[in-house]
Amino acid sequence: MTTVRTLTGPDQDRVIDPVASEPSAPARRGRPAPDWSWLGLTPFAAYVLLFLALPTVIAVASGLFDGDGAFTFDNLAALGDPVILATFWNSTWVSLLTAVVGAVIGALVCYAMLGLPETGFVRTTVDAASGVLAQFGGVMLAFTMIAAIGTQGVVTKFLRDALGIDIFAGGAWIYALPGLIPAYLVFQVPLMIITFMPALAALRPQWFEAHLTLGGTRSGFWRHIGFPVLAPSFLASLLLLFANAFSSYATAAALASQGSQIVPLQIRTALTSETLLGRENLAGALALGMIVVVAVVMWGYALIQRRTARWQA
Amino acid sequence: MNRLAPSPAARWIIGAVVGLVFVIPFLATFLFTLSSPDGSYSLDRWVALFDPENARRYAPIWTGLANSLVLAGVTVLIVLFLFTPTMVLVALRFPKLRRGFEFLALLPITIPAIVLVVGLAPIYLQIGRTLGTGAWTLAFAYGILVLPFTYRSIQASIDAIDVKTLAEAARTLGAGWVTVLVRVIAPNLRQGLLAASLISVAVVLGEFTIASLLNRQVLQTGLVVINRQDAYAAAVFTLLALAFAFVLLLIIGRAGRAGTGRTPS
Repeated sequence: MTTVRTLTGPDQDRVIDPVASEPSAPARRGRPAPDWSWLGLTPFAAYVLLFLALPTVIAVASGLFDGDGAFTFDNLAALGDPVILATFWNSTWVSLLTAVVGAVIGALVCYAMLGLPETGFVRTTVDAASGVLAQFGGVMLAFTMIAAIGTQGVVTKFLRDALGIDIFAGGAWIYALPGLIPAYLVFQVPLMIITFMPALAALRPQWFEAHLTLGGTRSGFWRHIGFPVLAPSFLASLLLLFANAFSSYATAAALASQGSQIVPLQIRTALTSETLLGRENLAGALALGMIVVVAVVMWGYALIQRRTARWQA
Repeated sequence: MNRLAPSPAARWIIGAVVGLVFVIPFLATFLFTLSSPDGSYSLDRWVALFDPENARRYAPIWTGLANSLVLAGVTVLIVLFLFTPTMVLVALRFPKLRRGFEFLALLPITIPAIVLVVGLAPIYLQIGRTLGTGAWTLAFAYGILVLPFTYRSIQASIDAIDVKTLAEAARTLGAGWVTVLVRVIAPNLRQGLLAASLISVAVVLGEFTIASLLNRQVLQTGLVVINRQDAYAAAVFTLLALAFAFVLLLIIGRAGRAGTGRTPS
């Protein structure tokens, strides 16, 4: 599949290649000078090594070594602890639920914007708003949630005073695990809009016209062409949303007042109370567990994304 | 005319329902900042924030904001003077490295910030000893966070122009490499550089995870501190910060769109 794409797609490398084969003027004068241009890559390489590779290796390694630096699987045994397993399960179902709901709503919004000019007011505004909510929100989304549907929130009061509905009859769930769901949706839906819109926009109207010309119907088009073509993109976006919710920390940290119901909060607890005996490297073990989950999900994402790329060429 | 487009009715219903649900939290937050215990509404809280008498009360926010702005500045410097030259160099001399570079640049998306923090903690312990515990050192970590976003916008600009020919033409006319980079290539990349800088500012101003767990004071950690003593003030600052980020991204969007209009795609 990938070879098809690299041969036929508008790959930027192809555009550059013909130029690359021409002799470059300065290098050809006289004796070929030694090429030191690779030295220019070293600052960036050093930077990435120091601030991306090293922290990742330390995080993973700290889960595999004990306090004295000896290799051990003991820390990983902590991942089998019922409490830890429960937090992983919490993280998983909250992420999965918000990913599915967010993906469906986001896809609907994308569909509603289909056919609107990309430079128009609606698209540019929705894009900017989505960018803010998907990438910037974090702590602040938690605050807006508390202001809206917190125990003293404006919407809560309105529902209670005007309609007689007490949304907290069953307890203050907003500060517990279920409270994460509406807050997460506020950034999941926008992320879906950002990632899924290009796929939907790449659906060719010509295919629809061809389908109609051949005697098909509108619903038939979606059933036989639209959905099958979009399914991989949708699934890829869904995986991205899952990984996004799974690794999200800020919103939960600002919202959940007590307890560490999800893995990132458990890592915080492990980091800030490292004196706990026998649990020195628990944060590392948790980080390792998280990296494994996210890596598997993102691997699936990349795999599907590569497959979908040919429809967007 | 896109015949796949939904009917106006479907468009409006979806837009109105989802739009309403998304406006409610922010509208509610706005009303929350206006409401007083007796049930009336006033702008007093907004005015009070900028009253010099309250400067001490809101000190965590102002300190955090100042630190965040410094961080945003240093991060943009990293983007412009470390990432950009490297990307141009890859495009000019190492086109074969492009795929690998892209993989590297997008990698931070797949590594949760909370995981990065576990590994960054010991590194920042060392940095604290050598470079001091100033907030600006966090910019090294933030550079990694913004790398995927900046890569996309800068690479799009690089792809839109023929860097190789431009560089060779300038070299033939006697320009040195610095001149080529600063006076020939950079001006042609200004769209991408602007977008990359603005998105970096937005990401840095919104970052909480790393700063909070490394005990640095930035805008977001300041917001959390203020929220404990004065939830109304935190709500006001939240709205201001969100509006600011929205305007930044709107500028990127509009400028980017204006740019793509000229390039064939």
